[in-house]
Amino acid sequence: MSKEHPLSPEKVEKVFLSLAAAMLLVFLLALFYSAYAMGMHLPGRDGEINPTMVRETPPFDEPGLKQIEPGRYEAVFLGMAWAFQPREIRIPAGAEVTFITTATDVIHGFHIEGTRVNLMMIPGQIGRATYTFTEPGEHLIICHEYCGAGHHLMYATVIVE
Amino acid sequence: MSAPVVASPEGFELPESQRRVILWMVYLGFAALAIGIINGLGQALNYANIDILKYFPGMRTYYQGLTVHGVVNAIVFTFAFTNGFLALCTSRALARPLSGGLLWAVFVTMVLGTLLAGYAMATGQASVLYTFYPPLQAHWSYYLGLALLVVSTWITAVALFLGVRGWRRDNPGARIPLMAFVSVATYAMWSLASIGIAVSVVGLLLPWSLGLIAYSDPLLSRTLFWFSAHPIVYFWLLPAYVSWYVMIPRQAGGKLFSDPLTRVVFIMFLLLSIPTGFHHQYTDPGISQGMKAIHATLTFGVFFPSLVTAFSIMYALEIGGRARGGRGLLGWFAKLDWRNPALVAQILAMLSFTLGGATGLINASYNLNQAIHNTAWIPGHFHMTVGSAVTMSFMGIAYWLIPYLTRRELVGRGMAVLQSWIYFIGVLVMARGLISGGLDGMPRRTLLMEAPYSKPSWELAGMLTGLGGTLMFIGGVLFFAVLIATILFGKKIEGKQDVPFTETHIAPASSGWELNLDRLRWWFVAAVVLILIAYGPFLVEYLPGNFTSPPYRFF
Ligand code: HEM
Ligand SMILES: [Cu+2]
Ligand SMILES: [Cu+2]
Repeated sequence: MSKEHPLSPEKVEKVFLSLAAAMLLVFLLALFYSAYAMGMHLPGRDGEINPTMVRETPPFDEPGLKQIEPGRYEAVFLGMAWAFQPREIRIPAGAEVTFITTATDVIHGFHIEGTRVNLMMIPGQIGRATYTFTEPGEHLIICHEYCGAGHHLMYATVIVE
Repeated sequence: MSAPVVASPEGFELPESQRRVILWMVYLGFAALAIGIINGLGQALNYANIDILKYFPGMRTYYQGLTVHGVVNAIVFTFAFTNGFLALCTSRALARPLSGGLLWAVFVTMVLGTLLAGYAMATGQASVLYTFYPPLQAHWSYYLGLALLVVSTWITAVALFLGVRGWRRDNPGARIPLMAFVSVATYAMWSLASIGIAVSVVGLLLPWSLGLIAYSDPLLSRTLFWFSAHPIVYFWLLPAYVSWYVMIPRQAGGKLFSDPLTRVVFIMFLLLSIPTGFHHQYTDPGISQGMKAIHATLTFGVFFPSLVTAFSIMYALEIGGRARGGRGLLGWFAKLDWRNPALVAQILAMLSFTLGGATGLINASYNLNQAIHNTAWIPGHFHMTVGSAVTMSFMGIAYWLIPYLTRRELVGRGMAVLQSWIYFIGVLVMARGLISGGLDGMPRRTLLMEAPYSKPSWELAGMLTGLGGTLMFIGGVLFFAVLIATILFGKKIEGKQDVPFTETHIAPASSGWELNLDRLRWWFVAAVVLILIAYGPFLVEYLPGNFTSPPYRFF
């Protein structure tokens, strides 16, 4: 059987599997480098909330954009069937924005297309993501999790000026 | 040193009633698929801005249809086919019948489950998609139906485990035949994996839908769901791997590379399939980054056995192609038997799976996931895995399995080969559309043709989605034409038939370390330990949970 091959299959197997393992390892290290050395983080544990009392609980009692210091903003977003509140924010180019999110009823999604801001809005959980908008332009915020019959109607806009 | 992967290579006939019940399971699976591809066409055309859904009788919303598509394809079709197929593989490998009573119980449970879930979906009381995340609340019969479908896999597992136990009692000291080992390992993995969904559905959602519990915890239910629903993708895939490992080498004229390596691969799936569920929750708040990183690492680990599989399959195909006169570096590939529909469907399935696997690795890539999570990229990815690699493998298996079970020759071999190519090209075109759209933010699970927002770049993506989906649909219709023609008009096969099992290049050892591979009980315990490491810290920190969400029925 192995006479047809210049290399024995057993040898080819070892090489193939070593390369496969090395490839996976290199990919994984690159990812953790980008996360922990370059600061591209995933959301983590950022607090819980009672979803029936969202509007009485700070900071969700005042949804919208707030300047923290020059060039830095906080944007508090609520997801509800079937709209985001606020529906639009305007920020200057170069601004660093921290999005703070939750849902008032069912699960919604919060994806700012063209960026890596991608959060689930889960009732009972508070989400957080920070992003710096360098270029002027418009981004859609899309609800990308099914949230009922009007799911496709749910969006908002980020305008970078 | 060649060795077969079954106990009695000379032959074994299934008892008549078991042959019949396995046939009915396979029929149930394909009947579900037939409904599924009709809805699939409607969805693909939605992304191309073409509305055919309004012609679907009784369909109220896009999302009702999408729920049906997910449930009948990803749950009823896969479970029904696998329950039947791996029961046959185990029984043939051991050359002994399984418990006929249990097999009939499997079938009846599946029918009941399908009817209960089907009632809720058809009446529009369960448009919560096949992921059923609370606090969207479906009718109780939906949860009960899904629970029964899971129970059917447990009954199958019991039938397989009892079969192997009986065989070991009668053959003390003998190695478990490989074809039985891989089947049982698949069910061992899934029995453990399905505990998450069982706890969530039976313990929380069913009583909640009956009004016995007022509140749900959406994050906890999502976590329990993905505890089971990542490994479910391996429960979909492993039956195809069983065919790729122990049947395809024979059908291609080659040999399986190694018996022990194959066992190691299935044990790795048992160990690593489950402690990876957080890779579906990378963008969920409420789960720490450290836990997500652990699951990411284990996910990269569970990718490894699939790379081993790629090696084994290429070995088998190359041997086969060279034996048929193929020369040179790649000439053997062209020399494979491209007229055998069972082989063609599965080779194309493998090609599709290389792209499905590569996109899957991207999904698994921790923070990179934020670029594509819940965009159209995701259905682009999984139609190249479950939607074609698995589905086309099951179709390819059907091309010998239906003749085997009905004792009728396949009708329309040429059409069967054509069918595979059309479906294959279709899925590549559709995935190209969904993937490029997804990279540009096009969302999944969305009635896009009625959305008030859009981007110019989505237009081409949507058109390709619609075109590819239409090709897939045509490929699917041709498959059913072949199937029905065979059942109705196939020439009677006289004489004995057998399952197409292979021989191995490296045989199982009868002494030494390899015997430990057969100790599935140990491996099962090791899998439990890994699960405790991967989920324990989260649960300790998170429980008793945040049960504050009232139910909603927004559909
Ligand atoms: C004619 C063949 C098929 C076509 C045209 C098709 C098309 C589609 C499309 C366009 C979507 C995305 C819908 C959306 O996100 O809004 C989708 C979702 C899906 N498809 Fe298919 N599909 C086909 C066959 C299959 C098969 C064979 C399977 C599995 C065995 C499958 C499993 C799924 C699943 C699980 C979803 C996700 C449902 C959800 O998001 O809840 N599909 N399909
Ligand atoms: Cu939504
Ligand atoms: Cu997964």
